[in-house]
Amino acid sequence: MVSMGLADWDLLIRQARRANLLARLCVLLEERGLLDAIPPAPRNHLLSTRTLADKQAQAVRWEVDCIHRSLAKTGVPVIVLKGAAYVLAGLPFARGRLFADVDIMVPRERIDEVEKALMLSGWATTHLDAYDQRYYRQWMHELPPLKHVIRRTVLDVHHAILPDTARLHPDAAKLLDAALPLNETGDLKVLAPTDMVLHSATHLFHEGEFENGLRDIVDLDGLLRHFGAGADFWPRLAERARELDLVRPLFYGLRYTKRLLGTPIPEFMPAAADKGRPPGVMPLLMDALFSRALAPQHPSCDDWFSTTARWLLYIRSHYLRMPLHLLIPHLIRKAFRADS
Amino acid sequence: MKISALAPAEVARRLRQTGIVFRIGPVTAHLRSPVPAVAEGLCRLYADYPLEESGGFADFHVAIGPPPNLRRWIRPQAVFSFDGHTPFRPLPLEQAFPMFEWSLNWCVASCCNQYLILHAAVVEKGGLAAILPGPPGAGKSTLCAALVNRGWRLLSDELTLVSMGDAGLVPIPRPVNLKNDSIEIIRRFAPGAVLGRTSHDTQKGSVAHMKPPADSVERADELARPAWVIFPRYEKGATATLQPRSKAQTFIYAAENSFNYSYLGAQGFDTLGRLMDACDCYDFSYSSLDEAVATFDGLGPPAETGIQSHA
Repeated sequence: MVSMGLADWDLLIRQARRANLLARLCVLLEERGLLDAIPPAPRNHLLSTRTLADKQAQAVRWEVDCIHRSLAKTGVPVIVLKGAAYVLAGLPFARGRLFADVDIMVPRERIDEVEKALMLSGWATTHLDAYDQRYYRQWMHELPPLKHVIRRTVLDVHHAILPDTARLHPDAAKLLDAALPLNETGDLKVLAPTDMVLHSATHLFHEGEFENGLRDIVDLDGLLRHFGAGADFWPRLAERARELDLVRPLFYGLRYTKRLLGTPIPEFMPAAADKGRPPGVMPLLMDALFSRALAPQHPSCDDWFSTTARWLLYIRSHYLRMPLHLLIPHLIRKAFRADS
Repeated sequence: MKISALAPAEVARRLRQTGIVFRIGPVTAHLRSPVPAVAEGLCRLYADYPLEESGGFADFHVAIGPPPNLRRWIRPQAVFSFDGHTPFRPLPLEQAFPMFEWSLNWCVASCCNQYLILHAAVVEKGGLAAILPGPPGAGKSTLCAALVNRGWRLLSDELTLVSMGDAGLVPIPRPVNLKNDSIEIIRRFAPGAVLGRTSHDTQKGSVAHMKPPADSVERADELARPAWVIFPRYEKGATATLQPRSKAQTFIYAAENSFNYSYLGAQGFDTLGRLMDACDCYDFSYSSLDEAVATFDGLGPPAETGIQSHA
């Protein structure tokens, strides 16, 4: 990498910026002692974004602290998800990760209580349109995103990792039961390692947004490399995927981390995840779609099929999320809205 | 080679095709645009900027072009794209050039955390620089335009780049953004100044950009030492008056009006502290630009100060 010319650096910085991976790249170079060998112009961009990422890591801790305090009176255990969880759990690959929002999960039966407590602390709902509110509250696995009236931070409150109407049915109660405490009182938690991996893969391969596709697969690679070193992690991961009905996302997660990032995966794992392999030639078709969706959304990475591939995956994600008799009216409604 | 070495038709052709890569102080911009007003603005206001080879490293790959919908023909609009990403809503085509200026400011303000970036104009004479902060409408751009037409060097009319640690000021000279009445005021004050086309009914009213002095562009690599922080305020009928102001309050104002102070942590605090230590701070009210320039020309070097000045 240090032998790259300026034209190569130009392209790399552009692609990494689009993929939201500039700061992560900076950390990786720093850890290998290579940062000083990089020409000053690209290095400035790496360091500049790194500064932002450091600030965000601090801000995320503060934000979670605020959320935790707002909910302390309710006694509801808060599970921190995704990026914020990686930072709070001190996972090494979270260094240099950028954030757009904070995600938490609470037990479904307590969600009204949680929303009220958060409102009292200044989090107000977004998506004020009555249809959107009903859509989220009736069908989705999360509240409409909340925004803090003063800090303008965005908070997603989940009660599950997939909607009830989805094809797969991971039991949220099992995730909550296995979650690991971050503090002494045990009311602030992160998902257990296997569940963190499965949630990351489910989110990536069952949601239709690929703006951060590469960043998300880098997360998944980070999780697998970090936890994969632990004793019994892999057999437990395979077992847990069966328990939670998430063998399909595990199959995709292992397939694409290995292909794209060379993630070290034990020999027996692909067979264990093979039950999640889609039938027939589907895997080949999905390869064609995911190989495009997981690249940075930069013009230099796109070919004739990229836009279509992302569109097909978007449609697929909706198809996986709800049955057709709910989905079709929803998509029609979305297509004809004034603000779209 | 400078942009002025290219014929206007060649500038327009390159902007439509591969784009033009040019350097502005510490940053390199790669601009593409099929919009004639952008080519015209570039020829008129950026004539003295050095061209860079394409195929090297550019900090900002930006484009001003038509939006991908009917608004490319009906009541045409222009949209800014930062390497394919469009952070802002389109504006009427007539505002394409000011849009380029504002968007490039945004690129610098959001991607250059190697500097502490203050929202202030900054000009230099005799090695000492005056930083002019102040809310929009206070007259900092007008005063800045007046000063650079009377021998002061333009570092920036909008973005004060402070290098971390030693608090040296890094020039990023760009056309000066004049608004509403200021456009006529500067035309009268400096008949020799080159102004771009005026765009009407923008978010900031009527705007026109003034070409920076060639000397300011040529000396863009020459850092300046901070000496004064001066808050200008245009006041009808006022005689030019400098009123000392508290360094502590100035520190807080500068921090709150910085684009990235909050990202920089202790380093940002130290840098801003060093900057304030080096500067005398004033409120400045004026009504005549000639008097204002005379006041600036008469500024003495800042007092040697230490920690006690913060008390």
